[in-house]
Amino acid sequence: MTDLKSPALSRRQAAGLLTGGLVAASGLLVPATVRAQSAYLDIRRGTNFQPIPIAVTNFVGEQGQALTGIITNNFKRSVFLQPLDPKSFSQQITNPDQAPQMDAWRMINAQFVVTGRVARAPDGRLRTEFRLWDVSTGQQITGQQYVTDPNNSRRVAHIVSDAIFSRITGEKGFFDSRVVFVDESGPKERRIKRLTIMDQDGGNVRYLSKGDDLVVTPRFSPSSQDVAYMAFGQGDPRVFILNIETGQREVVGNFPGMTFSPRFSPDGQKVIMSLSQGSASNLFTMDLRSRATTRLTDTSGIDTSPSFAPDGSQIVFESDRGGSQQIYVMGAGGGGAKRISYGEGARYSTPVWSPKGDYIAFTRQKAGAFGIGVMKPDGSGERIITEGYHNEGPTFAPNGLYVMFFRDPGGAAGPRIFMADVFGRGEFPVATPGFGSDPAWGPLLS
Amino acid sequence: MTFSINARSLKIVAALSAALAMGACSKNPNDADGTGGGIGGMGAGAATPGSQQDFVVNVGDRVFFESDSTELTSTAQGTLDKQARWLSQYASYAITIEGHADERGTREYNFALGARRAEATKSYLAARGVPASRLRTISYGKERPVAVCNDISCWSQNRRAVTVLGGPTS
Repeated sequence: MTDLKSPALSRRQAAGLLTGGLVAASGLLVPATVRAQSAYLDIRRGTNFQPIPIAVTNFVGEQGQALTGIITNNFKRSVFLQPLDPKSFSQQITNPDQAPQMDAWRMINAQFVVTGRVARAPDGRLRTEFRLWDVSTGQQITGQQYVTDPNNSRRVAHIVSDAIFSRITGEKGFFDSRVVFVDESGPKERRIKRLTIMDQDGGNVRYLSKGDDLVVTPRFSPSSQDVAYMAFGQGDPRVFILNIETGQREVVGNFPGMTFSPRFSPDGQKVIMSLSQGSASNLFTMDLRSRATTRLTDTSGIDTSPSFAPDGSQIVFESDRGGSQQIYVMGAGGGGAKRISYGEGARYSTPVWSPKGDYIAFTRQKAGAFGIGVMKPDGSGERIITEGYHNEGPTFAPNGLYVMFFRDPGGAAGPRIFMADVFGRGEFPVATPGFGSDPAWGPLLS
Repeated sequence: MTFSINARSLKIVAALSAALAMGACSKNPNDADGTGGGIGGMGAGAATPGSQQDFVVNVGDRVFFESDSTELTSTAQGTLDKQARWLSQYASYAITIEGHADERGTREYNFALGARRAEATKSYLAARGVPASRLRTISYGKERPVAVCNDISCWSQNRRAVTVLGGPTS
C-alpha cells in the first residue's frame, strides 16, 4: 500500500494521453484498491438525479487561481456536478498532496474535494497536478499530473475537468473540446458572418474567416482539423472544407447547383450534403479521397440536414416528401427511408445523431414555437429540452450528454448560443463576443 | 446616378413597396448584398425607360409568397407577366432571380425553400417567353431579410423572389 501522504509522484507515462507533445500526462499515486473505476453517479438513469456537491480548492501556485476558475466554471455547466461556493470552505489547502481534513468538508456537505498545484518546471513548461478525494472514505480516488506548454494552460484545466467528471460519473468527458460557430455582427438585413472557433466554455475565440463571404452551418470533422461549411461567393453557394490549421480551403465536389447542409461521416472520409436542382433538394455524399460522388435520395421534395449514426450504418435527415418537414432514417447507402417523427401538429428539422448513438436531437416547430428536443433513433421517447420564439440547430457534446443550439429573440437583435443537458435539467448561455449561431461541437481533443 | 435621398421620393417608394429601396440604385444591383442604395431623387415616372430603375419602379422587381409556400399568387403572376413583357423588350439584361424566406423556418430548409421560390419564378418567366438561358437563380434562405421585426406583416415582405438585372448578356 502506498503512503498517500507522500509528495512523491509516480511518473508512469500514459502514452495514450500524449497529444502531439502538447500535454503529457502521468498518474499520481492511487492505491490499487480504489483504482477500479466505479461511477458515483449513474446518470444513465435519466432525469431523476441529485447533482454531486464537489469542492474545487484553489490550486497552489501562481496560475492556480485561473485554473481553478476554469474548472469550477466547467462544473457549474455540467449539471451533474455542483461546485460548492469557495466562501463556505473552512480549510485552506496549502499542501495539495496531503489528504484534506475530511471533517471540515463533511460539514459543508462536500462529497468530493479537488486539490492541486501548478508549478513551472525548470524547462519553462507548466506542471499541473490534481488529486480527487472522496470525503466519505478520506481516500484519494484519482490523481494525474500534466506537463504542458504554458500557452496551453486552458487545455490543462479542461483535461483536469474531464478526468474528474469521468471518475465521478463514469461517463466520458467533454470539456476538452472545441466548438465552431458563426459570429454575427452588423444589422440584420446585411449580417456579417464569420467562421469562429472557441473552447466549449467560450474561451480561446479565434476567427477563421474575415466576413467577406456569407458563411453558415460549419461542421467539425470527427478525425481531422477540417471544418465543412456553406459559403456564398461567386456563382452558386457551395460547400467548402477549411483546414483550420493551414487555412487552406477547397470546394467540395463539382455539383451543378447549390450545395448546402454538409456533415462529415464518422470516419471523416466522406461529406454528406444537399444539392439543390430545380425545385428539389436531394442528398449526396462525396468521398474525400476518391472525389467520387454518390446520390442517396431522389425526390422532388426537400431532403436536407443529413447526419450519420456514429457507426456509419444509417443516416438521419429531414424531408418534406410527406407534405411537411419530418425526420427520416435510412441506410447509409440510401433507400428505404422510414419516418420517425410523429408529434401531432409538429414539424421536425435539423436532426443530428448523438455520438453515443442513443439519441437524435432536433428542432421542433409547433404552434408557432421553435423547440429543441431529443428522441430515440426509432422515434420513441421524445423529450423537449427548451421551447420558445426561436431555438434552432442542436449539436451534441462529444459524450452525447449535452447539446448546444442557438436562440434568436427575433426583431433587430441577434442569436445567442446556449448549452443544455439532454435531460433538460440545466441550461446555460455560452459566452461569445457577439451574436452567435450554428454551433457545431467538435470531438474530444485528448 | 445619384445617391442623395429626399424625403418625398422616399415616401413614394415606401408606398410602392417598403422593401423597394434596396438594390434599386445601388452600384451592385444584387438585392441581397445589402448595400441598399436609394431611389435617389427620382420619382416613379422619371426613370429612363429600359433602365434598372424603370424595371424596379414601374414594373416591380419582386413577388411575395405565403408562409412555407412556393405557389405564385395571382398578384405575383400579374407582376411576373409585366416583368416578362419588360424583359422581352429589353433583352440585353442577364437576370438573376433571388429566392428568399422569412425567419420562421430552419436555416437549411429555408435555403431549399428559397431555391424553390426562385425556380417557380424562373419557370413562370420562361413560360412567358423569357429565354431560360438569361435566367439564373440563387437562394439566400433567411439570410437577407429586407424587413426586420417579429410579426406576421413583416415576415411576409421577406418571403420573396426578387428579379435582379445584371450586366448585359454578351
